[in-house]
Amino acid sequence: MSKSALRVAIGLTVITAILAAAPWFAGRADLRLIGEIMSYMALAILWNLLAGYAGLVSVGQQAFVGLGGYCLFICVIWFDFPPLAAVPLAALVAGAAGAIFAPLLFRLEGAYFAVGTWVAAETVALIFAAIPSLGAGAGMSLPTAAVKAIASSRELREWTVYWLLLAIGMGVLGGVYLLIRSKAGLALMALRDNPTAAGSLGVDIWWTRFWTYLGVAAATGAVGSVIFLQKLRISPDAGFSLNDWTAIVIFMVVIGGIGRIEGAIVGTLIYFLLRELLVDYGTIYLIVLGLAGILVMMFSRSGLWGIVERRLGWSLLPTRRLRE
Amino acid sequence: MAEPLLSVKDLSSGYGDFQALFGVSLELQENAILGLVGANGAGKSTLFKAILGLLPRARDMVNFRGKPIGNVKTEDLSRLGIVMVPEGRKLFRSLSVEENLQLAAEYGRKGEWTPDRVFELFPILGQRRRQAATSLSGGQQQMVAIGRALVANPDVILFDEISLGLAPIVVNDVYAAMPQINASGISAIVVEQDVDRVRKLSHSLVCLNEGRVVLSGPSQDFTKAQLTAAYFGE
Amino acid sequence: MGIAEAIVQGVLLGGLYAIFAAGLSLVFGVMRLVNIAHGDFIVLAAYIALMVVSLTGLHPFASLLIVVPLMALIGYGLQRFVLERTLGEDLLPPILVTFGCAVIIQNALSALFSTDAQRLSAGSIETDSLQVAGLSIGVLPLLTFAIAVAIIAALEFVFFRSRIGRAFRATSDDPETAQIVGVSTKHVFGLAMALSFGVMAIAAVLLAARSSFDPFSGPARLIYGFEAVIIGGLGNLWGTLAGGIVLGIAQTLGAQISPSFQILAGHLVFFVVLALKPRGLFPRMD
Ligand SMILES: Nc1ncnc2c1ncn2[C@@H]1O[C@H](COP(=O)(O)OP(=O)(O)OP(=O)(O)O)[C@@H](O)[C@H]1O
Ligand SMILES: [Mg+2]
Repeated sequence: MSKSALRVAIGLTVITAILAAAPWFAGRADLRLIGEIMSYMALAILWNLLAGYAGLVSVGQQAFVGLGGYCLFICVIWFDFPPLAAVPLAALVAGAAGAIFAPLLFRLEGAYFAVGTWVAAETVALIFAAIPSLGAGAGMSLPTAAVKAIASSRELREWTVYWLLLAIGMGVLGGVYLLIRSKAGLALMALRDNPTAAGSLGVDIWWTRFWTYLGVAAATGAVGSVIFLQKLRISPDAGFSLNDWTAIVIFMVVIGGIGRIEGAIVGTLIYFLLRELLVDYGTIYLIVLGLAGILVMMFSRSGLWGIVERRLGWSLLPTRRLRE
Repeated sequence: MAEPLLSVKDLSSGYGDFQALFGVSLELQENAILGLVGANGAGKSTLFKAILGLLPRARDMVNFRGKPIGNVKTEDLSRLGIVMVPEGRKLFRSLSVEENLQLAAEYGRKGEWTPDRVFELFPILGQRRRQAATSLSGGQQQMVAIGRALVANPDVILFDEISLGLAPIVVNDVYAAMPQINASGISAIVVEQDVDRVRKLSHSLVCLNEGRVVLSGPSQDFTKAQLTAAYFGE
Repeated sequence: MGIAEAIVQGVLLGGLYAIFAAGLSLVFGVMRLVNIAHGDFIVLAAYIALMVVSLTGLHPFASLLIVVPLMALIGYGLQRFVLERTLGEDLLPPILVTFGCAVIIQNALSALFSTDAQRLSAGSIETDSLQVAGLSIGVLPLLTFAIAVAIIAALEFVFFRSRIGRAFRATSDDPETAQIVGVSTKHVFGLAMALSFGVMAIAAVLLAARSSFDPFSGPARLIYGFEAVIIGGLGNLWGTLAGGIVLGIAQTLGAQISPSFQILAGHLVFFVVLALKPRGLFPRMD
């Protein structure tokens, strides 16, 4: 392991350890907030991998969040799965859905791909809304027995879900970091910087994109399953919400800095800060977010983290290769 | 000598961090043909792009009829009287032969050169007017590119690699049109790899090497050997 | 409602979808840009029409005299001052900028007008119908279809026969050379967007006269327009009309099976076409 990677590994481990101990010193509301931040950080890092590295601008990631959530509910309610065991299964199902959609959507030229992912998400949502045994449009709740199966006391349950979110958030962060530093990551970076050249250098663009799309779909499904395990309720509108699971995530990444892992993290933190500040103004923060995203795209494509990097010349998560 | 029609003074330019031209100067007189020669990568195309404003250049580095045009936008130059026949022809593939000419005529200046007049100059184009421009042979495409420059009724045409990839016979055809073009009062800067040919055609010559002018003066002053030496940077 | 009537209705509905699609397709054809906020701008135009009608008392169709130029102006400005800066090799910035526009329009409209459903009242034409061969055909859908055909014919003419159309095609082929020839590519892109927005305004009034809308009705309009484009085949406006018709029929037949199946049927047909004929049913021959 190189020195920089060692530093990152130690840093992440320390942060994870501190956050894992949070239940003993943080309040309930704080735990919920950190948990939510973790889930959004994971979604942001994943979307960034997709759009910022593989050049697949998806506005349909809500398909996999909802699918993951529904999958967990179905496993638990219909097949008596222990909720925690349903999480990997949710990833599997979401990944499989990704594998079905990818070959179709990859046929769409350029920016039409984005709209295609949206149609895919709408299609999945409509299918779930049409199934009466899943509560159709109204959705369903986790039965008390299943909730109890997570852990006996409410406090312990909340802690368990918190740890799960923490594990997923940090897992995605570490996993994507390792991926980008790996040989496959080199291909992804080449793809990001110059798709044509990457192709001529022997990077198989189609397959690289396919596996990225698939992996991101699976991980997004896992995140979705835990999000709804915490919420204990799911409906098509909540599960497949474009705003909650994709729009906000996109703006986080864009504002923080697309094509950089740090950008996704910084963007997540900025979003939560903004939300706390503007919480009294209803949906104003969505308008603010949209405007900020547009301004970033117009004037500083690499986002806030890009500015930091240029000004200070350092990065938190060095990824071996020089950029730009 | 009279005031030059087009003059380039101490022009430096390039692509991003890469500087390709270093203080290039040249003058094109009214009704004259200037030959621009140099090895591959010498900066000839770059010079044209800089003159046209496709690459950065300072305001007073390029003068036209005594006025600085360094801050004139590319798209306004054709109405001012400067057009280019780009390297590799660059015909619009969604437009037919006739439409390529029509477009340039509509966005250029009015005058004696019209698409019909081009069809007289190159009769083969008249027969193929409805065909997609890029379905023509290379030589025919070069004729369209030349025609596209003419119909703007310019004062100056910048010809980049006018005979690249064409059969010698076709090159003769294309060059046969030159005196006619010049006779209608159009001046030209001609980039050409065939040094001897351009020496005979042009009134004066400029030789570039690695982004710098290494030789310039009236064409008849130079022997072929001198030019070849300058060309290779010796 | 019988199958025959459902099919006729689907065909006519396809006309509306073709109008949604036409603006989308035009902009993609000229600058390879997909306006994710296409549907939201249609809804914005519908709200503008609503205001114009309530302020001036004009008939909704007459309000187009104001709404079309206004939308064209908005489109030109959006392209010249916002999107222009983001065009380039990288596809991402324009997608994200228009996506930002979508979110802003939706939330701004709901802040200004609430999320209540609105409707433009076009008078008796809304309910009038003709009896043809035992089928009842609505006058408004029929008119919409006729307008769709007229719009597509006009766009085809502009694109392939006019001076600005030549500039559109030339700029789309090679912007740098177009500039050398004397075309201001920024202006041309602005005009293409203006044209697209003008068509959106017409779509908006026709939509608002036949069904209610709210600030969040936009995305579905984008999606139907997009599906019509892909089903019909890129770069072919008449194909887009055919794509709209196929989508319309799929939806009305789907609704026959079950109301909840209407939209889904359209999506499924879209995916089937994508699987079997990825270049669309009527790809351009070149
Ligand atoms: N788009 C570009 N980006 C970066 N560098 C470029 C670009 N185009 C040309 N260059 C570089 O600029 C220099 C001058 O190139 P230019 O095309 O002007 O040469 P030229 O004299 O026209 O050559 P040729 O006879 O081969 O056409 C070369 O070193 C070339 O590599
Ligand atoms: Mg050259």
